[in-house]
Amino acid sequence: MAALEAYAPLIPEVILVVGALALLMYGVFRPENDREATTVTWLALAVMVVAGYAVVAAETPTRLFGGAFIDDGFARFVKLMILAGAGGALLLCFDEMRDRNAFKFELPILLLFATAGMFVMASAGDLMSLYLGLELQSLALYVVASIRRDDAKSSEAGLKYFVLGALSSGMLLYGASLLYGFAGTTSFAGIATAAAGAGAGQNLLLVFGLVFLIVGIAFKVSAVPFHMWTPDVYEGAPTPITAFLAAAPKVAAMALFVRVVTTALPGVKPQWQQIVVFLAIASMVVGALGAIGQTNVKRLMAYSSIANMGYALVPLAAGSPDGVQGVLIYMAIYIVMTLGAFACILSMRRDGGPVEDISELAGLARNNLGMAFALAMFMFSLAGIPPLAGFFAKWFAFLAAINAGLYWLAVIGVVASVVGAYYYLRVVKIMFFDEAAAPFLGIRAKEGVVMVLSLLLVLGFVAPFIASPVVEAAGVAARSLK
Amino acid sequence: MNLAVSNILSLVTFLPALGALGIATLNRESKGNARWIALWTTLVTFAVSLLIWINFDKSNPGFQFVEEAAWLGPIKYKMGVDGISMLFVILTTFLMPLCVLASWESVQERVKEYMIAFLLLETLMIGVFCALDVVLFYLFFEGGLIPMFIIIGVWGGKRRVYASFKFFLYTLLGSVLMLLAMMAIYLHAGTTDIPTLIDKGNLPVAWQTWLWLAFFASFAVKMPMWPVHTWLPDAHVEAPTAGSVVLAAVLLKMGGYGFLRFSLPMFPVASVELAPLIFTLSVVAIVYTSLVALAQEDVKKLIAYSSVAHMGYVTLGIFTFNQQGIDGAIFQMLSHGIVSAALFLCVGVVYDRMHTRDIAAYGGLAERMPIYAACFMIFTMANVGLPGTSGFVGEFLTLLGAFKVNTWVALFATSGVILSAAYALWLYRRMIFGVLDKPSLKAIADMGPREIAIMAPLVILTLLFGIYPAPILDVTAQSVKKLVAQHEMAVKATRSAAVAGQKN
Repeated sequence: MAALEAYAPLIPEVILVVGALALLMYGVFRPENDREATTVTWLALAVMVVAGYAVVAAETPTRLFGGAFIDDGFARFVKLMILAGAGGALLLCFDEMRDRNAFKFELPILLLFATAGMFVMASAGDLMSLYLGLELQSLALYVVASIRRDDAKSSEAGLKYFVLGALSSGMLLYGASLLYGFAGTTSFAGIATAAAGAGAGQNLLLVFGLVFLIVGIAFKVSAVPFHMWTPDVYEGAPTPITAFLAAAPKVAAMALFVRVVTTALPGVKPQWQQIVVFLAIASMVVGALGAIGQTNVKRLMAYSSIANMGYALVPLAAGSPDGVQGVLIYMAIYIVMTLGAFACILSMRRDGGPVEDISELAGLARNNLGMAFALAMFMFSLAGIPPLAGFFAKWFAFLAAINAGLYWLAVIGVVASVVGAYYYLRVVKIMFFDEAAAPFLGIRAKEGVVMVLSLLLVLGFVAPFIASPVVEAAGVAARSLK
Repeated sequence: MNLAVSNILSLVTFLPALGALGIATLNRESKGNARWIALWTTLVTFAVSLLIWINFDKSNPGFQFVEEAAWLGPIKYKMGVDGISMLFVILTTFLMPLCVLASWESVQERVKEYMIAFLLLETLMIGVFCALDVVLFYLFFEGGLIPMFIIIGVWGGKRRVYASFKFFLYTLLGSVLMLLAMMAIYLHAGTTDIPTLIDKGNLPVAWQTWLWLAFFASFAVKMPMWPVHTWLPDAHVEAPTAGSVVLAAVLLKMGGYGFLRFSLPMFPVASVELAPLIFTLSVVAIVYTSLVALAQEDVKKLIAYSSVAHMGYVTLGIFTFNQQGIDGAIFQMLSHGIVSAALFLCVGVVYDRMHTRDIAAYGGLAERMPIYAACFMIFTMANVGLPGTSGFVGEFLTLLGAFKVNTWVALFATSGVILSAAYALWLYRRMIFGVLDKPSLKAIADMGPREIAIMAPLVILTLLFGIYPAPILDVTAQSVKKLVAQHEMAVKATRSAAVAGQKN
């Protein structure tokens, strides 16, 4: 038994995978209908809750498999964020997928596997486990994106996601192989040692490896210029899946980004720092400008998430524990805002089915003031207007950048946020200032729950009993990263 | 001090928000209830805020009624007022009941949301003047954009969408640069506590210029100073009457207050170095926007441009760094808060009847509306700065302060007084005097009891502070004295350090 006890830090991952397999067996032997799919989805949520408990209950930080799997405060904070994002998106799946006749029991199971993959990404301490986690996550999500296989747009989304995802995986692998060639090891700690010496920054093998690795990860976080798939996939995938894609995988990929650059490549910080600065600026600017012309609300959210990834990269560019803390706070708040916004988008329903055009929101404040208020608050929060949560996300992000002396990055960032505010305001304008269009159908209970919870967090983050614990936990997590 | 007085600032700040919550529970049809709750909330808030004035210790130059609570690590929830900020709180709470009354009949659509937006705006505005923490200040300062955006956009005139976007984005752009400067200050000083930052004032001279410029970007837009004033005429013209009142009377004062609270004490050297820039922009604002005001066809636009000109005196007075100038600037802000609010309310009175802001559509109103004509006369004279009205005291003191520093600046600025007489009196002549020959005006009614109730307190205060300005000047005197003394010491210390550096 003693030998088994050593693997205790793996319990959350084991729960997710075993749970998914058990549910798969259950689903296979039951009739294929909405009722069974509903049961499986609830059970999948239960599995996530249990896994969340296991994450919280874990003991002292440990490394397993020669450092390939790291369980530390950083990983735990990220895993809880992933569970929040995945669980929230799963809650949005029920009714929408049933109404679209696409509610299959495989859906929650695939999302469980994706979550397990993200857990491994959060804990990866080796190029091998990094790739394993990334692929487990990606393969599950390629299928999920095209789960409405009779729908041309959904299939297109899945195919685009797969082709570009495969391309990025290839680049990432190529980068990983170059890094292995340089360091002679795949472990982050080993690479860090090899890259610590003077002159490492001039080593072409290392620099090329680093660039390709970052390109691969940049695809996953959809940072500009590797963002092209995002609007198409967001638009094509069923909306609850889009909500899922926008939340949890972004957190996992960002966590991976943070861990790779800060633990494997601290010796060549000037080299990756300039790449991160470029990615951040390009994402903030392109995200802000690209969203202006959008008419589809899901595409708008795609550009919004591109811009948000840019802001999350700002503190990473600082490369300090403060910066990592900034990334974590940013992502935590980003998940809440994103899920809330998607809960509103899913509530844009008329008798003829869901509508996705921004102009359909016209005059919502007259028909349904509660929903209009909620969506307006999410938009103001995404724009970073105080006293909403999004302001604090930007505060900690830019604080780290200023502390690291990246003044121009910060100035460009805040100016881009003003440009971005324009399109968020446009949504508010359409809801509040325009003449009322036909009312939407009533808000469904589960969307309502996600909406209200997100709204409370966005409005209440300013209260010390919410903000302080999150900020402190993120600080502890950031400093546990070694 | 008992408990009620020790938490009075938080009470005054959040009472309106409480009222907004109460209105939020009403159903949409109960317009009357929403109005009455809003009126009572604002009246109670005003009454409570008077306790601040009553308990205020005029001989204490520091912060009073200070409250502190933990918030986010080094960032604290800290409130307090001194002689500079206290009267702005009173001004805000005083004007809000009048705003609610002014919207009583003119706003019929979405009354519930309107009142909620106004009450939340009141909370945020009071918070700006009470906050003693940099981040808390920013929270209130920027948060006010949301309700104002909604007020202009939903209840505004024809070009309301354009005006609301311009207002929001213009102000936001200025403010985010200030936010970065606030971060830099926090990282350097390790605290966001405003009293500590004011007293230490040890920011490196090399940084001061940059930080000053970043704060300037925000306050100059808010003020607004020429040439970043262009959002103001649009926002004023399109906003509903009460929105224009709040905008002119309170929101603009945040810029001047910001200069006094941040720029002068925290960046003393940069303030001195960049004072010529402020003087130039102020003089241009006074002369140029007065000329622009002469050419306006729209009443509200004319008053908006006259606001920009009057704010020019404020910036001028602040950057003279002497007691008269700064006292005058604060007085001018408070007086303008009363007078411009009254002028917009006057426009609202005729707009509610005729639904046009065209000056040409009026004429000869004195015949049918004698009470209105008398009120409008008093406010016009106050706007011109006639001795005996509150407008005179502020302008006189700022010009006196400016004269001590730079006679040329004072000369040009004084020409603005003549120009303001020109546009204000000409406006009065075109609207009120002359023959009432327009058929649409034949049946126009004079002000009703509600409107008289709105105007009466404004008339009284305009005349009272014009004849007896002591209540205001007494409150501000000690805090301004301390500000001026600290400023001189900081500048001297830096100069002597620079001289010592050259000798070595």
